[in-house]
Amino acid sequence: MAFLELDGLVKRYGDFTAVAECSLSVAQGEFVCLLGPSGCGKTTTLQMVAGFTAPTQGRIVLDGRDITAVKPNQRGLGIVFQSYALFPHMTVANNVAFGLEMKGVPADKRRRQVAETLELVHLAPFAARYPKELSGGQRQRVALARALVIQPPVLLLDEPMGALDAKLREDMQIELRALQRRVGITTIMVTHDQGEAMTLADRVVLMNKGRIEQLGRPFEMYEQPNGRFSSTFLGKANVFEGVCEGGGVRVGELPLPCEVGAAAGSIDYIVRPEKLAFANGSALVRGRVEARVFLGNHWLFQVATPLGTMQLTEANAGLPAVAEGDEVGLTWRAEHVRVVPRGA
Amino acid sequence: MNDERNLLPYWLSAPGTLAMLAFVALPLVLTLGLSLYPFVPGTGVGEGLTATHYLDIARDEYFHTIFARTFGMALLVTAICVLIGVPEAYVLSRLSPRWRAASMVVVLGPLLISVVVRTLGWALLLGNEGVINKALLALGLISEPIKMMFTFTGVVVALVHVLVPFMVLAVWASLQKLDAATEQAAASLGAGPPTVLARIVFPQVIPGVLSGGLIVFALAASAFATPAIIGGRRLKVVPTTIYDEFLGNLNWPLGAALAAVLLVIVLAVSLGANRFVERRWKQVFQ
Ligand SMILES: Nc1ncnc2c1ncn2[C@@H]1O[C@H](COP(=O)(O)OP(=O)(O)OP(=O)(O)O)[C@@H](O)[C@H]1O
Ligand SMILES: [Mg+2]
Repeated sequence: MAFLELDGLVKRYGDFTAVAECSLSVAQGEFVCLLGPSGCGKTTTLQMVAGFTAPTQGRIVLDGRDITAVKPNQRGLGIVFQSYALFPHMTVANNVAFGLEMKGVPADKRRRQVAETLELVHLAPFAARYPKELSGGQRQRVALARALVIQPPVLLLDEPMGALDAKLREDMQIELRALQRRVGITTIMVTHDQGEAMTLADRVVLMNKGRIEQLGRPFEMYEQPNGRFSSTFLGKANVFEGVCEGGGVRVGELPLPCEVGAAAGSIDYIVRPEKLAFANGSALVRGRVEARVFLGNHWLFQVATPLGTMQLTEANAGLPAVAEGDEVGLTWRAEHVRVVPRGA
Repeated sequence: MNDERNLLPYWLSAPGTLAMLAFVALPLVLTLGLSLYPFVPGTGVGEGLTATHYLDIARDEYFHTIFARTFGMALLVTAICVLIGVPEAYVLSRLSPRWRAASMVVVLGPLLISVVVRTLGWALLLGNEGVINKALLALGLISEPIKMMFTFTGVVVALVHVLVPFMVLAVWASLQKLDAATEQAAASLGAGPPTVLARIVFPQVIPGVLSGGLIVFALAASAFATPAIIGGRRLKVVPTTIYDEFLGNLNWPLGAALAAVLLVIVLAVSLGANRFVERRWKQVFQ
């Protein structure tokens, strides 16, 4: 039995289904990211685990105990809110001490634990400050310390990086990952940033319209997306609608390479931009370069082909030979292609 | 050109300023002036300047009792309004929109009715022959009526009823700015609802409690109709005493001196409380 088990969670608001059938097993110490576009039900799912939203159906089991009906203040979970929700009238130390105080930890022990936790998040010098005297990143770390100090069985984070700028966000991601490993706490984090999910998570839960679309390790999920949504939400992808018959795949009238084994019927033909290459001789498709964009560590080409516009990325090794307006051939290998039955 | 633009705000605010001067500052100055004239029985206001009324107020036990009663009453009313108004505003802010609208009407509706009418209502309830005593007698819970009219308690009860909507409104405004996630955060850390209200919500709405408290205190200390009707002749407060001096004894200078002292104490207490609260909880003020 998993450490934390979400068993068929459903949340409806009147006729509207915010979360439809969410089942998920989280192992102890695992870092799981709920990833998905805005409004797909990530926060709702997290709030059900936290106890602030009652599920319409389903159960939540923590360490063998059914906590579906347990009040949030009895669940003992650590929660970091998107707005951080620090108590503005309390110092950093008192913010962190609040949870211990509620548990009835004696004052001297409390002080020691608060100091240790502040040390852990590199905030020891700021103990006497008030939240509004801190920067965004520092506030976030206070929120983290406040949640961790009660040594909760599970840490829940709702878009904890949402309010940080790009650079700080990267630093905090690395710090959070290291911290989570060190403390070994089971963590569920909500994000709509695919890069963040891939950086942090042991496992990504990709949600769409209240359903779990795909679930897996970041690398597996990136390499083996199970459909159009997964492939385009997690990274970029060229996706074409085609048919599979007699072991071969056609998109329009064009036969395209793929590994054997796809079932007959309509399919999505998926190939990642970095798996494409310019071909001098035998090209699979030909087209005209519409745009060439420099993105720092790589170049992005948009090529108009008979299949539609295709994206190709190439690592940056100096100014590319191919320029906008050039006629080019494109090629890729069968083992880099994903063929997924459509509408399944 | 530049000059004209700089003058515009003054012109625009001139009518308001003039009205303020004419209807607030001038009467105040006149009252203050009046309080310095001697009182000549029979004629009224005499000639020359004297501080004798202020000295009377400072020395006379009679006035001490009245001032103590007035400010004790105002403080008690303010405290009760905080105790009732804060939870009331909190509950209101947590209702569903439809219930909230309905409840707002119930809470604020009384403000649409004259204080005199509302106080007379309390007189009907509190009297020896009033509704409350009759009901208690009929139920056999008491053998003779409880005296509530013309008592301190009666006045406090009626004043709280009259003034609590001001507290609710002020706290309500503060609650609108409260981040509901801080309550959830406290709950997730193990705090039950009473703890959340006392430790998380209340400190954050201190600015509202302060402004509500100042309004309630000032209005309670200077209330006239309610103490006059419920308290009557025997339970005098400063405003009713002023009224009696002006219209009963025709001692206008003493009445004016009482009014000036009342004003100064209300101002001093308000400013003092304001400073103290803003210092003590300075983190929640901006
Ligand atoms: N109290 C509510 N009443 C009705 N609908 C709600 C309520 N709360 C959320 N919803 C709806 O449920 C859906 C999921 O909301 P949720 O907050 O879980 O989205 P999310 O995935 O967290 O999105 P975001 O990334 O924008 O935060 C949304 O369409 C939202 O409008
Ligand atoms: Mg959300």
